Amino acid sequence: MAVLTAVAALGQAWFKLVENLGSFALLLLGILRRSVAIWRRPRLIAAQVHFLGNHSLAIIVVAGLFVGLVLGLQGYYTLRRYGSEEALGLLVALALVRELGPVISALLFAGRAGTSLTAEIGLMKAGEQLAALETMAVDPIARVLGPRFYGGLIAVPLLATLFSAVGVLGGWLVGVVLIGVDPGAFWSQMSGGVDFWDDVVNGVIKSLVFGVAVTQIALMQGYGARPTPEGVARATTLTVVVGSLAVLGLDFVLTALMFGEL
Amino acid sequence: MQSRNLNLAVGAFVLLGLLALLFMALQVSNLGTRGAGSTYELKAYFDNIGGLKPRAAVRSAGVVVGRVRQIQFDDQQYQALVLIDMDARYQFPKDTSAKILTSGLLGDNYVGLEPGGDTEMLKSADRIRMTQSAVVLENLISQFLYNKATEPSSPASSGRK
Repeated sequence: MAVLTAVAALGQAWFKLVENLGSFALLLLGILRRSVAIWRRPRLIAAQVHFLGNHSLAIIVVAGLFVGLVLGLQGYYTLRRYGSEEALGLLVALALVRELGPVISALLFAGRAGTSLTAEIGLMKAGEQLAALETMAVDPIARVLGPRFYGGLIAVPLLATLFSAVGVLGGWLVGVVLIGVDPGAFWSQMSGGVDFWDDVVNGVIKSLVFGVAVTQIALMQGYGARPTPEGVARATTLTVVVGSLAVLGLDFVLTALMFGEL
Repeated sequence: MQSRNLNLAVGAFVLLGLLALLFMALQVSNLGTRGAGSTYELKAYFDNIGGLKPRAAVRSAGVVVGRVRQIQFDDQQYQALVLIDMDARYQFPKDTSAKILTSGLLGDNYVGLEPGGDTEMLKSADRIRMTQSAVVLENLISQFLYNKATEPSSPASSGRK
């Protein structure tokens, strides 16, 4: 009997997963279908880029700098054993551009901006503002969710690129300025080993995918939250948990697809 | 005024992001060092390319003069066919020879070009006739051991001579 219950629980979890994936896809399709109407009001999108992007700038830049500093320091300790300290620039740049930049900035974005999106929309729903919009024949998906989606879509790749750039500068600061690795070798090894299309552009594509996933998960959690204080609290937590797991899982898939052959 | 400040802030943010991308393109990746596409192609057959990879450097006198674009296996000659994108600024004589070398003791493989004395220059899609394979460490060691084993005289016998 206990086995049957466990199997039933598994079946229920499976249904839940499929249901969530379905509503994710439906909401995404709904937003994409209203794209023309959404882009007719670019001011709303700009306001969201400001809210999601500009306000995340400080944490992204600080985190990027420190990740770069630590990468530079730890990379130097290991590379010194093999007498190839000059490869430090390459190590820092490749790690940041391919993986750390897109992933960490998406995780930070989920914590910094995704939560506020979920809480905002969840409270709008709890306060019946979304219902009020519908009563006035204003489509809440086009008016409320759409600009936030595109705002996140624009902000995340920019933030991830900034993260990588600041991180490279952090690695340079530790490697060249503090430790004294030869600056010429540092930069030339870096530009010799990092390909613009294969590495930098793939990193930007990655962060674009993460931007869609994190923003969309935040919106979905807020839009589907139970309109109670507990419901909004739960939805906000789920945004961070599901968003972070989605980023990590997608990163594995994307890395296997993009850099699998190398 | 409010909306102008907003536009300014968003514009500055986007500009900052694009500047970061420009930095990545020109300083961090190879877009800045790669010539603006004016290259010509050369072919070379090698018996063994060792660890040569696409995008490896092609150097002459230590200066990068091109990049390896593609490596194929020719199943007619059972040799590796290496396609090279040469920088169009540099011309090499027809009897130039190509070697696969290693930068440093454990570094990457690259193609070294040794110019010859011909007055005619290599043109696009030409083939480099003289090539020398990569040194495979295992072959080197087995050769060394083989020579050791077949050496007729031991130190003791040479002492008697």
